[in-house]
Amino acid sequence: MNTAANVQTEVQKEESMLLQKAMISANFDALATAHEDGKKISSTFVPGNLNELLMCFDLVRNLPEINALQSAMRKQTAGYIMEAERSGHSEDVCSYVKSDLGMMAKGQIGPTGKPLPTPDVLLLSYTGCFTFMKWFELVRDQYDCETAMLHVPYQADGEITDNMRDFVVMQLKEQIIPTLERVTGVKFDIDRLRENLKESAKAEEDLVWVLQAAKNRPSPIDAYFGGIYYCGPIFSAFRGSKEATAYYAALRREVAERIDQGLGPITPEGVLDEERIRLVVEGPPNWTHFRDFWKMFYDEGAVVVASSYTKVGGVYDYGFRHDPDHPIETLADYCLGCYTNRSLPARVDMLCDYMDEYSADGFLVNSIKSCNSFSAGQLLMLREIEERTGKPAGFIETDLVDPRYFSPANVKNRLESYFQMIEQKKAHGERTAA
Amino acid sequence: MAVEEIVERCQELYEDLRFTSVRDWKKAAANRKAIGYMPVYVPRELIHAAGMLPVGILGGGDQLDVIHGDAYYQSYICRIPRSTIELAVTGRLDCLDGMLFPSTCDVIRNLSGMWQLKFPDKLIRYLDVPQNFNLDIGGVFYIRELQSLREALAKMAGREISDDDIRASIELYNKNREAIAALYAYRSAEPWQVPTPEVYLLMRAGMLLPVAEHTELIYDYITEAKKVERPVRDNCRVVINGLFCEQPPLGLLKSIEMAGCYVVDDDFMLVARWLLEDVPTDGDPLRNLAHAFIRYSTETSCKYVERKTDKGKFLVESVHRNRAEGVIFASPSFCDPALLDRPMLQNALSAQGIPYTAFKFAENSGQLQPIREQAGTFADSIKLWSAA
Repeated sequence: MNTAANVQTEVQKEESMLLQKAMISANFDALATAHEDGKKISSTFVPGNLNELLMCFDLVRNLPEINALQSAMRKQTAGYIMEAERSGHSEDVCSYVKSDLGMMAKGQIGPTGKPLPTPDVLLLSYTGCFTFMKWFELVRDQYDCETAMLHVPYQADGEITDNMRDFVVMQLKEQIIPTLERVTGVKFDIDRLRENLKESAKAEEDLVWVLQAAKNRPSPIDAYFGGIYYCGPIFSAFRGSKEATAYYAALRREVAERIDQGLGPITPEGVLDEERIRLVVEGPPNWTHFRDFWKMFYDEGAVVVASSYTKVGGVYDYGFRHDPDHPIETLADYCLGCYTNRSLPARVDMLCDYMDEYSADGFLVNSIKSCNSFSAGQLLMLREIEERTGKPAGFIETDLVDPRYFSPANVKNRLESYFQMIEQKKAHGERTAA
Repeated sequence: MAVEEIVERCQELYEDLRFTSVRDWKKAAANRKAIGYMPVYVPRELIHAAGMLPVGILGGGDQLDVIHGDAYYQSYICRIPRSTIELAVTGRLDCLDGMLFPSTCDVIRNLSGMWQLKFPDKLIRYLDVPQNFNLDIGGVFYIRELQSLREALAKMAGREISDDDIRASIELYNKNREAIAALYAYRSAEPWQVPTPEVYLLMRAGMLLPVAEHTELIYDYITEAKKVERPVRDNCRVVINGLFCEQPPLGLLKSIEMAGCYVVDDDFMLVARWLLEDVPTDGDPLRNLAHAFIRYSTETSCKYVERKTDKGKFLVESVHRNRAEGVIFASPSFCDPALLDRPMLQNALSAQGIPYTAFKFAENSGQLQPIREQAGTFADSIKLWSAA
C-alpha cells in the first residue's frame, strides 16, 4: 500500500531539505580547497561536537561520521569497508570507522567527489562512544597531525555532577583551547564564542519547535527519516553560524505552514496523506538503503513522531540551550548531555516520555550492529518501555554503512508484521472503548 | 600444599559459579558484604578498606549454559555481558551487595545501566577512570571520583572509611602485586616450570579470595613449583594479548602451550597488575591511588595513548623484557577495544620485526583445534626463522 498522495518518479524534497543539502555540499567544497585558501581543518565527531569553539579559530570543520553516511547514501562505503578489512580491520567493528579508513586508503576523496585534505587537528571529543577514542588513534596513526583529547564523563546516574563539569571545563581551558590556538595561530576570543553561542541557542529553539510539531495530528514531519535532514546542520559544521539560524527559522516557517494546511510529512514520493501509525524509534538509521528503508514505513502509513537519533548530537527538548553567559561551562553541559552519554534508565525515561507526549502507537528499535553505544542494552530497554507504556514494541537489526547487514526482505517482513500488530491492538482498543 | 593441590584448589574456585567461597566468607562474620567488579580496573583497595570483599566477575566461561542471557543481547555483541546477566538473573550473584562497572567499553558501560534497571536495590557504580593523564586535570577528577566511591561504600558499611583504613589496604595490595610480579618473573625465566594455565588459575583465585590469602597462595605456589622438575620443551616464547576482559576457555590456554608456545607475558586480570609500582602508604591515600593510576599504570586497549609514538610501546617492551619471539593476539569476538587496537599494535610489532598471529575466540569456544593448529604453525615458523 502506498499512502503518499502523489506517487511521483522524481524524488520530492522540502525546501529546507534542499537548503541543508546545499549547506553540506558547500562545506565539502570548503574542505576541498581549505589548504589552498590558507585555512586549517579540524576533524571531530557529531556527539560532543564543539562547533562554536572551532569556529572561533577559523577552522574548516570535517566530521567523519557525516562523510561516512554521505558516502553510504551514494553507495560508496562497501568498497571502503572491504579495503579496510583487507588491511586487517575486523569484520566485527564499527563500519563508520572502516568506511573512514577505507576512504583514506583509497585516496581521500569525499562523498561529493572532491578531495578531503588531511586535517590539521583532530578534536577527539570522547562523548558517549568508546569507539571514538580508537577511531582517532587509528586516524592519527595515518596522519601526522595533532590530537586534542577531551574526555567527557558518562552520566551514569542520570545527572551532571560538579566534578564532571569541572573536569570538562578544565580540559577545555587548559588543554583544548591552547592546542587550537597553537595549531591555528588564532588567539581565542571569548566574545566571539559568546556570539556563536547566541546563534546556537536561536537555532536550538527553532529545532525543538520543529521536532515537537510532531505532537500534532497528523504529524507535519517524520521525526526520524525527515528528522535526520533537519538535524544535519545543527549536528555538523553549522551550529553557531548565522546560516544555521536562518536555516532553522526557514524550516520552522515551512513546518508551521504544513500544520496550518493539515498536511503530513513529505516523503520522497510526495506528501503522506494518511497517518495510520505513530511511532517512536530508538537507534540510528541505516544509511546504505536509506530511501528503501523509509519507504517501508511510509508505504504503510507509519510516521515516526519522535526518535532518539535526532538527540545524538545534543538533547534540547528538556530545556538545555547553549548559554552565552557561561560560554565554557555551557560547552561542557552540552557534551555531557548528548543522548548516548546518558544512562540506560535515563534513556528509557526519555523514550517513555516520548511515547506519551507524542501519542505514539508503538516503539521500534532499529538496532545497529556497528554501534554498541546505542545497541548494548536495547533489548532490555524495549521490554521496560513495553511494560511501562503498554504499547507494542518492535525490533529490527541493520547497520550504519555496511550494506552487507541490510537485509531488505527480512526488515520489511518484520516491519509489516509489527505494523499489523499495532493496528490490531489499536482496533482492539477502539472496540473496547466503544 | 603441593603444586597439584594448590592448582586443584584454584580450579575448584574457578569452576564454582555459585561463588561458594564468597558466600562462606560472608557467613563467617556478621554484616560482611561483597562487592563485584567487572574487568578491567577498579581500585579494590577502597572496597577492602570498607571491610568488604572485592569479587571479580568475569562472565560464565565455557561451563555456563546461557539461556536467559541471550535474550538480553543481539548476536553481534560479545559474550561476557550475556553470561554475566545469566549469572545474575539465575541468582548466582545474589551474594553480591553491589557491582562496580569500570569504563572498559560501551558494552560494560551500558551493563551498568542494565544493572540499575534490573537490580535497583544493589549498590551500582559506573567508575569513569580518566583518559586524561594530567595530574592537575585527570588526576583531580579521579580523586573526586574515588572520594565519591569511598562515600558510597562507607554509607553501605555504616561506618567511615578512614585514611588509615585505605593505607592499610594499599599495603596489602602492594604485597599482592609484588607476589604476582614474582610469579610472572619466575614464569618468564623458567616457563616450563610455570605452565600458563596454572598462572591463569592462580590469577582467577585472586578474583575471589581475600587479598592476603591470595598473596600467601602465590608464594606457596612459587615455593612448591620450584621443588618440581618439569621437562623443558623446545617451545617458542610468546606474549599473548587481548584477554583483558572476556576470558578464554582454559582449554584455549592449554592448546597454545601444547602447540609449542611458552607464554611469557599476558594481559589476564589486569586489575591485579594495573599499577606498575608500589602505591605510597604515607600521605593522602586517594591522591596516591590516583597518581599511581595516572603515572604508572599498564597500557591496554581500554586506555587512550596520548602520543602516536607511544602506541604499542608497552607491548614491544614486554616482548623485549621477556625475550619473547612473537605475539599471539587472542581477541574476543565483537570486542571493540581489542579489535580496534589490534592493527595499531601489529604495526608497532612489524616496525620492530616481531612476528605475530591473530585469532578470535569467545569464552565458550569449543572448537580449539583450529587455534591449536594456528598457534602450532606460528611456533614452527618462529623456530624456522630462528634456525635461519
